[in-house]
Amino acid sequence: MATASPATTATPPPQAPGQVPWIVQLYGTALGKKYAMAISGILGLGYIVAHMVGNLKMYFGAESIDGYSEWLREGLLYPILPHTVMLWILRLGLIAALVVHVHAAYALTVMNRRARPTGYQSERHYVAADFASRTMRWTGVIVLLFIAFHLADLTWGVEAVNPAWEEGAAYANLVASLSRPPVAAFYLLANLALGLHIYHGIWSLFQTLGWNNRRFNSYRRSLAIGVTVVVIGGNLSFPIAVLTGVVG
Amino acid sequence: MNLTLQVWRQAGPDVPGSFATYEATDISADASFLEMLDLVNERLVLDGDEPIEFSHDCREGICGSCGVMINGVPHGPQRGTATCQLHMRTFADGDEIVIEPWRASGFPIVKDLVVDRSPFDEIIQAGGYVTVDTGQAQDANLTQIPKETADLAMDAAACIGCGACVAACPNGAAQLFTSAKLAHLNLLPQGDAERYERTESMVGVMESYFGSCTNMGECETACPKEISIDFIAMMNKDYVKAKFRNRRSA
Repeated sequence: MATASPATTATPPPQAPGQVPWIVQLYGTALGKKYAMAISGILGLGYIVAHMVGNLKMYFGAESIDGYSEWLREGLLYPILPHTVMLWILRLGLIAALVVHVHAAYALTVMNRRARPTGYQSERHYVAADFASRTMRWTGVIVLLFIAFHLADLTWGVEAVNPAWEEGAAYANLVASLSRPPVAAFYLLANLALGLHIYHGIWSLFQTLGWNNRRFNSYRRSLAIGVTVVVIGGNLSFPIAVLTGVVG
Repeated sequence: MNLTLQVWRQAGPDVPGSFATYEATDISADASFLEMLDLVNERLVLDGDEPIEFSHDCREGICGSCGVMINGVPHGPQRGTATCQLHMRTFADGDEIVIEPWRASGFPIVKDLVVDRSPFDEIIQAGGYVTVDTGQAQDANLTQIPKETADLAMDAAACIGCGACVAACPNGAAQLFTSAKLAHLNLLPQGDAERYERTESMVGVMESYFGSCTNMGECETACPKEISIDFIAMMNKDYVKAKFRNRRSA
């Protein structure tokens, strides 16, 4: 008789009360990791929306976006905090969110692979699982690679990635970078991947966090579509605007 | 009707299996899917071959014993229908039908189309009951329960534990089953007292066998009882509350 054996011990060894904070215990479980992914995803989404809105300033000319980038570095909450401190608080928060999001995704993917070691031998026909939801891991990896490239390109100004980069010249830097068609193409591709990722993510986070109410459930999909179209539409417009000479 | 079947044949748990082709000739369109398999088996036995092993019991869609992948969909193409209630008129004459067992590490194959679903029993054993005597049938009338709540609990209680949710899930997750079993008890006053202990311990056993939900919603479409993934959201919310409330006793 074949019997299934649990991949991990069903009952964790008894822990002295208060020894491990409950939030750490929660992260030790798969449902806890999903929570962490949803919350870190919300932080990431907030950043992505703000990033797109801020970049719209490139349509008002070099002065507008250069001034904005200067303010982000020097002016955030100044003089309550010294220069760049608030920027670093935000950066560290985003880095923490990204680390948690990627770690949880990795751990859950391992768990899911283990849950079906032998796949279906006949063709699987999906009814509800759409392309976006089934490619989250791949779109996530594309976005991760893009973040690394994007930082090297326009934040750090790595010589090999963006030779024309100059400190403080946000407008000139982005025009120099995006006027290279292969780079612009990568930006477009990465944003399409990001679009698929946040489209499923926005809908999914409501389920994960248990924000489910039959009166509002039908709006969750519309919200996911709306945010995705606005954010990704804005992001896609930037490389296109540079390539067509609208910006530059 | 004449059909060509591709059936997964596997002699035992630890031997490799493969698809075998069978001609199912002269099948009535009014036969159920399992009756069609019975006919094929009868002919196999007459020819001296091993019949195709499959699970079945009530054949009226309430026991949860039957259930196979039919053309890549758990319980076949008709929504809200268990394999035993699927009729051959759903298919066209001359169709090829591929039949495969559930695939999940929690559901090892016993033989052919039969899988062992005892991890589901373990999830139930971890808290899928009320520990106190809730009385006889007439005592139910002493507890006032709003109609909407009773209906919602009944929707969850419709789960027959067939495993189609796990089979359908690209992650091999058992969230729909577990959340239905939880909601069925947690929504009602008799079950509410142990709501958080139950949620924590049933989810714990579930996670030791199955995958993790990514909210694709495939389970909901495969479920022969059309149980909603709204229950999964309810379970997610309760689980974090449970972890917080039970933190001193953990």
